[in-house]
Amino acid sequence: MGEQSSNFEVDLGNLMAFDPHHHFSTPPSREELVKESIQQGTKLVQAIADSLFSLTSTEDRDGPIVKLPPPTTRLPREKPLPKPRPPTKWEEFAKKKGIKNYKKDKQVFDEQTGTWKRRYGYDRVNDDNDVPIIEAKLTDEPGQDPFAKRRTEKKQRVEKQEKNRLHNLKDAAKVGALPSHVQLAATALPITGTQAAPKKISKDELGNVAGMAATATASGGKFDKKLAGEKPAKHDKKYRKFLPVVEGSGMGSLERQQTDKVLNKLLSSNSHNILDVNKAVNFYNVKKDKKRKHQGKDQGKTSSTSSKLKSKKSPYKKMSKKGSSSEGKSKRN
Amino acid sequence: MLHIKTPKSGRARRELKKIAPKLVETGKKTLILHGTKTSNVINSVLTEIYHLKKDNAVKYTKRNDNIRPFESGGETSLEFYSLKTDCSLFVFGSHSKKRPDNLVIGRTYDHHIYDLVEVGIENFKSMQSFSYDKRFAPLIGSKPFFAFIGEGFENIEELKHIKEVLLDLFHGQAVTNLNLAGLDRVYVCTAVSSNKVFFTHCALRMKKSGTIVPRMELVEVGPSMDLVIRRHRLADESLRKQSMKTAPELKIRKEKNVSRDVIEGKIGKVYIPDQQVGSVPLPNKSKGLKRERREAKTKGEGKTHVDKKPKQQDS
Repeated sequence: MGEQSSNFEVDLGNLMAFDPHHHFSTPPSREELVKESIQQGTKLVQAIADSLFSLTSTEDRDGPIVKLPPPTTRLPREKPLPKPRPPTKWEEFAKKKGIKNYKKDKQVFDEQTGTWKRRYGYDRVNDDNDVPIIEAKLTDEPGQDPFAKRRTEKKQRVEKQEKNRLHNLKDAAKVGALPSHVQLAATALPITGTQAAPKKISKDELGNVAGMAATATASGGKFDKKLAGEKPAKHDKKYRKFLPVVEGSGMGSLERQQTDKVLNKLLSSNSHNILDVNKAVNFYNVKKDKKRKHQGKDQGKTSSTSSKLKSKKSPYKKMSKKGSSSEGKSKRN
Repeated sequence: MLHIKTPKSGRARRELKKIAPKLVETGKKTLILHGTKTSNVINSVLTEIYHLKKDNAVKYTKRNDNIRPFESGGETSLEFYSLKTDCSLFVFGSHSKKRPDNLVIGRTYDHHIYDLVEVGIENFKSMQSFSYDKRFAPLIGSKPFFAFIGEGFENIEELKHIKEVLLDLFHGQAVTNLNLAGLDRVYVCTAVSSNKVFFTHCALRMKKSGTIVPRMELVEVGPSMDLVIRRHRLADESLRKQSMKTAPELKIRKEKNVSRDVIEGKIGKVYIPDQQVGSVPLPNKSKGLKRERREAKTKGEGKTHVDKKPKQQDS
């Protein structure tokens, strides 16, 4: 009917057997297929059972119990691995100091009443609220209420503990190891593993938001009522500079500087377009003179044309000199 | 401002702990549902799979028009149901002219689709059609045996995939302690051709044989069907690596430096590094001086005053 080989792959942890060698020599009909499958199946199960029953078993009232080996075929997990929780602040401190956690009894003997009371909870031992008389110490001021002081101290301790607990949970949440029953409300993360956290707004961004919204008002948010502690809105752009009203007669130096600046900017960007004709002529003439001088030296002639064509130097055209000189040079080239 | 939210009742806390990811996982739950149109065959297949997995399966009766597992948008509903019912396996049945008697078996990882395999059902025989002695009927929740026959399960991609998926679907839970008296079912899968698997479910009878190992007898109880593999989608490689990870705590480390001797029992070697007597720096030179002084004192009892040694200036 088909080849049979006795080496099956047996995965004992999964109670699985795989026969890679079985062949159906002829294409079987339905009944034959079923019959042969069951036959082969029986063989495979027998093989598994052989190794299964040979494991050491402990007798239980329901039957023999064996310890199965771990399965060889690996199946994927359904949820991601839980991340280990980072140690809390107390745990780190205890480790550093070598403090060990000892098991405590639930009931403690109360000396005062002579009964066994709870360690914590209703009607507990050494309850802070139960003391009827607090003796005054030398360091106490006359006006203070020691009972009220005790209450405020307790409250502070509780608040500190809550703060520490929140800090520990935040640390765990950063790693992704928040305990399964806890949710940190503002982030509203779903409890399952890898879904991404919504983007957190930083403190600075939040501070700016109110200011940004205020600029939409008619006066640009300048006269809005601000809350206590709210910083004034940031002004990222430059402020306009206004010159003083009274400075001096004519053009004051500040005004001159201002106009200088503007003109320089204008002219420097367009310096390649500007040709100072006077300067160009001046240069040309000077060069010509020099040439003539040399020639004149040889020949003994002098020239004095340059002074007439020299233009008046004016401060407004400082930058253009450079421009025109380069222009003149290039022209000559 | 962050503030801590915890469930106020113990029951809610316990439910959350059940859903939370664990280091060693307990069994996966299955979600059984169907699409726009189903046939009689598919209906009975779905009910029978539900009966086989009664303990850890959820069956939805309404039809779901917007679920198309192989399309990119059509799996959001599936993922949502998987999240709500905490099921990481699903069996989705449908029937259309193009794909008659269609069954999609899929797995999720972290409630997102991990892999899918689509099979067509042929030659379906339901549990009711098999007649057998009811005493041998397998009980719900018993751990099954698996028998895979045929070299196709090793060579062909789709068959390898469906082998893994069927194993995952029916194997229940990975247990360490097993009661041998409670073994009573077998799933037999035969690779008939390169895309067809004959799948059947049999009850197991253990008969007395001469040895400790009983003789196995298989009685077909159903359901039995032919699975024709139509489409399949393997898991993304990175997702597969992530899902196959085990915790580093669970990794078994080989015990080093331990060997067993018949005579002496358990022995291990103690390795001592080489002692360098010459180059070890002496910690406190003045102690040497004191000793010398002491010795000198004890030697010369008569002498009252010992010459003070000049202090040696060492670098």
